Amino acid sequence: MITIVDYGMGNLGSILNMFKRIGAAAEITSDLERIDRASKLLLPGVGAFDGAMKRINSTGLRAILDRKALQERVPILGICLGMQLLTRGSEEGVEQGLGWIEADTLRFPALPGLKVPHMGWNVVTPARRHALIEGLPAESRFYFVHSYYVKLAREEDRLLRADYGLGFDAAIARDNIHGAQFHAEKSHRFGMRLLGNFAGL
Amino acid sequence: MLRTRVIPVLLLQNESLVKTARFGRYTYVGDPCNTVRIFNELEVDELCFLDITATREGRAPNLALLADIADECFMPLSYGGGIRTYEQAEAIFKIGIEKVVLNTAAVEVPGLVNRIADHFGSQAVVASIDVHRTSFGKARVRTRAGTTDAHKDPVEWARELEKLGAGEILLTSIDREGSWEGFDTELVKSVTSAVSVPVIAHGGGGSLAHVREVVHVGGASAVALGSMVVFQKRGMGVLVNFPSPAELVVTLAPEIPRHDA
Repeated sequence: MITIVDYGMGNLGSILNMFKRIGAAAEITSDLERIDRASKLLLPGVGAFDGAMKRINSTGLRAILDRKALQERVPILGICLGMQLLTRGSEEGVEQGLGWIEADTLRFPALPGLKVPHMGWNVVTPARRHALIEGLPAESRFYFVHSYYVKLAREEDRLLRADYGLGFDAAIARDNIHGAQFHAEKSHRFGMRLLGNFAGL
Repeated sequence: MLRTRVIPVLLLQNESLVKTARFGRYTYVGDPCNTVRIFNELEVDELCFLDITATREGRAPNLALLADIADECFMPLSYGGGIRTYEQAEAIFKIGIEKVVLNTAAVEVPGLVNRIADHFGSQAVVASIDVHRTSFGKARVRTRAGTTDAHKDPVEWARELEKLGAGEILLTSIDREGSWEGFDTELVKSVTSAVSVPVIAHGGGGSLAHVREVVHVGGASAVALGSMVVFQKRGMGVLVNFPSPAELVVTLAPEIPRHDA
């Protein structure tokens, strides 16, 4: 069972739809006890960094998430803003992130001809082999919508790279913690493969 | 690099899919859910659904139908038609549709664009501008599916919508819609050079050459196609189709400077 954490940021219906299509059991919940019992967590998110961290910190979710991630070490996948929350902090706000991955979230620089947010389909390049990205076809493409990107402190945490004026980390993983900057749930068979891989971890 | 998005725009008349020409002359295209399944298999970049009679008939968005559509879609989705309130937008997001398209309500309901963008983010709000050229060639904004003069200039209105928090502009030429004659590139260029949010060019696309022109000359960030993706050819029957990835790569490839001897 994959527990999709509902902390009030973003629409979660499409993530559930895709797990349904894959045939993986998943639930959406904001119930702390259910989250506490979860064997696998998906941290979604659309919106502002500070708003999300304030929600997580003020609802009692923070202590549970920290324990699941760092002590129980259940597989966790952060998507879009959910991936940025895994980092130490973001240029978008002043709140500290979850800090489970040594990385920072930075704003895309204003470059001529490149609109921010980075919105649309972009191809990714694998940085190494990993169960989360196993079986992704060459030239896999994903749907992105973001104005901030994750910069890892340790290159060995890289999974997928993408390019938008500058190279950035489109997917990351360290131990049981995983992140994907793109909306896998909106990325056809490519996203289905990745979420299916996560379901199989 | 980022691919220029090519987006089928599918017109709903409540629960039927239709295609119009110059906002009139309805042709029945088929069942929305079947069509969505085909576009899903064709792996299109994104889908946009517009219920073109909802506002005029005073109908709220058909959430049951939208939920059925969202269940079949594994690509980004936007919906417009009959949205008048924040709560309606919220209900649409909950279903799994991540962008709402506001046209008439952006003009008639002050604060709506702003309020939705503030809470759900600019990326969730597509402002739609329907433009008709007068007999003197002057571009004017129209609302209520093209039936009402909004007394606005499209460039100024686009600037204002960007300020209000719209994350994208869907710019439709009423005069070209369903015509297969090519986009109003001049109109598109006037808006793309005035705003920094992505502009989706819509209305008139009849060939890949048209798509190429409106991207390279008009500066469109994305292109919306109607007739081309639901009809076999101009004047022919219904056939749901989409250019292949290889065709799109060639179509959207950057202009290569010519070095004539």
